[in-house]
Order: sequence, then C-alpha cells, then structure tokens
Amino acid sequence: MNAAMSSVARFTDTQEEGRRVLRFQGDLTLPRLGVLPNRLDRLKGRDFLIDLSGVGRMDTIGAWLVHRTARERGGEIVGADPSLTTLLQQVEKADQPVKVRPDPPAPFQRVLDQLGSATVEAGRTFVGLLGFFGAMLISIGFVFRHPRRFRINAVVQRFEVVGVHAFGIIGLMSFLVGIVIAQQGAVQLRQFGAEVFTVNLIGRSSIKELGVLMTAIMVAGRSGSSFAAQLGSMKLAEEVDAMRTIGVSPMEALVLPRIFATVLMMPLLGFYAAIVAIIGGGIFCWISLDIPPVTFVQRMREVVPRTDLWQLLIKAPVFGLIISLAGCFQGMQVKSDAEEVGLRTTTAVVQAIFLVIVLDAFFAVFFTEIGWL
Amino acid sequence: MSGEDEIVIEVHGLSNSFGEAVIHDGLDLEVKRGEILGVVGGSGTGKSVMMRSIIGLQRPDAGEVRVFGEPMLDRDESELQGIRKRWGILFQGAALFSTLTVAENVQVPLREFYPRLSEKLLDEIAAYKIVMVGLSPDAGPKFPAELSGGMRKRAGIARALALDPELLFLDEPTAGLDPIGAAAFDQLIVDLRERLGLTVFLITHDLDTLYTICDRVAVLADKKVIAVGTIPELLALDHEWIQEYFRGPRGRAAEEAMEAEAEARTAEANGGTER
Repeated sequence: MNAAMSSVARFTDTQEEGRRVLRFQGDLTLPRLGVLPNRLDRLKGRDFLIDLSGVGRMDTIGAWLVHRTARERGGEIVGADPSLTTLLQQVEKADQPVKVRPDPPAPFQRVLDQLGSATVEAGRTFVGLLGFFGAMLISIGFVFRHPRRFRINAVVQRFEVVGVHAFGIIGLMSFLVGIVIAQQGAVQLRQFGAEVFTVNLIGRSSIKELGVLMTAIMVAGRSGSSFAAQLGSMKLAEEVDAMRTIGVSPMEALVLPRIFATVLMMPLLGFYAAIVAIIGGGIFCWISLDIPPVTFVQRMREVVPRTDLWQLLIKAPVFGLIISLAGCFQGMQVKSDAEEVGLRTTTAVVQAIFLVIVLDAFFAVFFTEIGWL
Repeated sequence: MSGEDEIVIEVHGLSNSFGEAVIHDGLDLEVKRGEILGVVGGSGTGKSVMMRSIIGLQRPDAGEVRVFGEPMLDRDESELQGIRKRWGILFQGAALFSTLTVAENVQVPLREFYPRLSEKLLDEIAAYKIVMVGLSPDAGPKFPAELSGGMRKRAGIARALALDPELLFLDEPTAGLDPIGAAAFDQLIVDLRERLGLTVFLITHDLDTLYTICDRVAVLADKKVIAVGTIPELLALDHEWIQEYFRGPRGRAAEEAMEAEAEARTAEANGGTER
C-alpha cells in the first residue's frame, strides 16, 4: 500500500472471472483526484467489484466517490484496510437525502407570487411608514411635555453631520447647476434676443425649485442612506433592543435627533444652495453675457418675488422630514442580516427621492392655486 | 505516513502590539501533527490575535510563523494559496457568508480551489458534509440568518471541513452552545480527528472541552505561552493563574466529570482506534 503513496488517484476497469473489476490506485484525496470523478461518471455497466487494496490515502471525498459508485451501480467493496473501512462507514452513515437547493417554484406561480408579495410589501411599507410617523408624533409630544428628555447633544451632533459636512458638495453642485441653467437659458433666449431674461430664469428656478430639490436629493443620498445603514446595523447588533431594555426609547434617542436635525438643516442648505446657484449663474452672465454683477443683482431683486423664497422655506423642512423619516423607518425595519441593511438603505434613498418629487409636484400646483406664481 | 512528532505549526518569537498595547512579546508555540491543542488564557491575552497571526490575517511586529514547515510571513499570495488549501478555520461567530445558503457556503472553498469539480459532485459533497457535522437534512437551502447559533457553528465547521483539511483552527467553538450541543461538538471534533487524522488548534474557555478532548493545553499569560502540556502536567506547575483556572470550582467540576467518564469508559473496555 505504501508503494502508491503520494500519487495521483486513478482506476483500472478490467474483466476478471466474469466480473467487472474497478481497481483504485493512488491517493483518493481531493488534491489528487484530477479527472477521476468525471471518468467515474462516464462509466457504464453495473455490478462492479471495487478493489481498494491499491489505495494509499483517502479522504472523505475519495470515500464518497467510492461509496457512491458502489451504491449507484450495485458494487461490492473489497480490499479496504481498517482505516479505509471506518471512513467508508462514516460516509455511508452521512449519506442521507439532503436538500441542497431550495425548490424552484413553477414559473407562472413565481410571477404571481412575486407580484403578490410586492403588492403586500408595498401596502405594508405604506402602513408602516404612517405608523412610524404616528409614533414619531407621539414621541415629539412626549418630549414636549418632558423637555429634559430632549437630546440636544445628539441633535447638535447631527447638525454637523447632516448640515455642515454637506456644505462643500452641495455648494459645488449648486454652483455648477447655476452655470448650466444660465448657459442653456442664454442659448435659447438668444434666439428671441431676450438674453437679459436669463437672470429671471436663474433667479426664479434656483430659488423656487432647483435649489431645494437638488439639496433634497443630495441629503437623501448622504444622510437618508446613512440613517438607514446606521440604524440597521444597530438593530442587527441588538443595540436597539439593549436600549429598550435600559429604558431608553430608540425613537427619542435615535430617530428624533436625526429628524429634527434634517428638518432644521434642510431650509438652511436649500437656501444656501439657491444662493450659490445664483452666484454661479451670475458669474456666467458676467463672463459670457456681459451683464455686470451690480446689474445682475439689481435685476434679480426686481424679478424674484418674495413668495419664491417662502416656497423654498416651506418645502425644505417637509422634504427634510420625508428624507429622515424614510431613512430611519427603513433602518428600523432591518431584522435578519447584513444584506438587508444594504437593501433597506437603497430603499430608503429611492423612497425619499420619489416622495420628495411627488410632493414637489403637489406643492407646485398648490402654490399656483393660491397665487404664488 | 508522516513522522511521529512532526511539527505542523511552529511559532517563534512572535510579537504583536496595537499601538501602545503590547499583546505578545516573544511568544513560542509548537503544535504536533494529529494532536488537539487547546489554547487558554484570560480575556484579552491575545488568543485570537495569536490565531490570526498564524493564519496570516494579522501581521506580527516580529517573529517567525511556520505552518506545515512553510514560512507564512512575507510570502506571495500564490504560495500561500497552497497552504490555505490544507487548513480549515472556524471563526468565533462562524463567519458564514450571509448571502449564501448553508450548502453554498460549504461549496465556496471547493469551488475556489477545485473549479473542475462537477455541480453534481459539489452538491453531493455539501450534502454529506451537512449530515456529518450533525445539521438537519433540510438545512442545506437555508440562509445563515435562519439558523440558530449552534447550527451556525455547525455550518461553519462544515465549511471549514469542506476540503478535508489536515489542520483545523477553531476559535471558541463551544461558546454559546448549550451543554448538550457543546458535548456533541466535542465528540464531533474527536471523531473527525480519528477519522481524518486532523490536527486541531482550539481556542476555548470551556473546561469540559479542555478535559475531554485536548491532548495538550497551551496557556497564554504575560504576553507569552507560559506552559504547554497535558492538564496533569499543568496542574503540577506552581503558577497562580493556572492553579486558579483549573482548580477553581468550575475546573474541579470538569475534572470530576472527566474522571467519572474515564471510569465508565474503562468499564466498557473497547479497543482504541488510534492509529
């Protein structure tokens, strides 16, 4: 048996005394198997005599191959030394019908199943979000009556993360958006010789719509996602459960500070974004349209009504509420594993941006109706 | 087969530190082929860090680590792959891949190192490994999040055993298991050692495990391995921590249980299957 040491596993298939004999040789171990499994699969015929006397070492995978061949083709195993025999017995004992893959459902059923679960899920999310909003209101009411429970430190910390840290990227984005509006507007308006109206375009669209909308999208991507991921990981690590048992309400300690911070920061960021967009547009006007800054500012004050600013300041906190609510809600829904944290984070951002845009459309109609053109 | 006292893991002068905190300072350890070596030490003495240094997840500040006689430090990835094929590791939290089913988890090392195995054989291997480690036959298509802690540990060991390794690293395998589960796990490790000639490097706090399955125990204290030996040998040493560890109320209970079991075993008197 030692002669076959450290050699590649192989077998010979011969006819001896009216019986097919499979004679295994070498080491029946995973690194030395090579093409042996494929050769065994291609083997035809039944009732083999399986001779293991030439086998050096064997691991469970080698034993499994021998055992399977014997089982499927009605073979008889001979020439196994005691250690090989124990191994074969162990493998035989472990040979039980085991489910390895989940049952694939029928295709038609699967479509219905997915459609149904998606609908149910959507309904659940809506109800859950409403419930979460309600829980938040209750919590706000509680904090209102017990002002000491208000976690001012946590809120201030969130101010920094949600607001101050976002200044750079939101400024840059708004500046570029301002330039793009100015440039695109100038090209179109030039055809009518109305280039000077570029200022109206920049001022009104930045303050009314783009400043706050772009900010909302950026905040959803930066902060909404991080809320979902943070709270999701905390739920996985049972931190949220631990909090509850200590008597700290996760709503007060985790959710409210984030919502407060976002609601308060959104108007500031939105206003800042609008101003930077106007500066970007102004610089473009100065350079390409020869409108000097003084004229630009003067004209801006003439054409932009104050109601535009009110619109920004009304919409921004609402968007902030939606973004933070969606982020915290999705984070708190995490139950099982790390993958879910990722999925929930994505959902939080998608939900937030979608809801923001839908609400923005409602606001547009509403403000037009009340005469804030 | 291999020589009698072949050294599988050899650690020499290992030093580790995290910033100011020195974890190991000139640590030496040898693990012989075919033995189950238990590693004990107080919390924070760097048991897991030692394991991570041996398997190459933690770069030590100084020292030499050899596994299967091959140096582990400053090696190419491709050279290390050859060694990684020959060991299996069970991490403390089982570290199953959460996006894969149990069966797929078991198949990961097989697919990685032996891409030519057929799907059918992969499924069969996953199936018998799942049974071998004592998981229920319907555990295959389940995701780790659906399993209990003990089941996760078993799935983790099934993955560690996927390649039929020669060397098995276990980081607190019985922590968090109920006594029945822990005893079954101990038995599983002994079975595997006898069946496959495994060498086992076992970090544990479980005194029952130490008494029932470990051939030798290494004690980590004062940034070094202060003693290696069988439990009677360790008990003969006059070291405060060792005495407290094994002579404490829990240590004594485990010792008594082990003695009772040894008596029962001699009464049965069936021949050993040691090779």
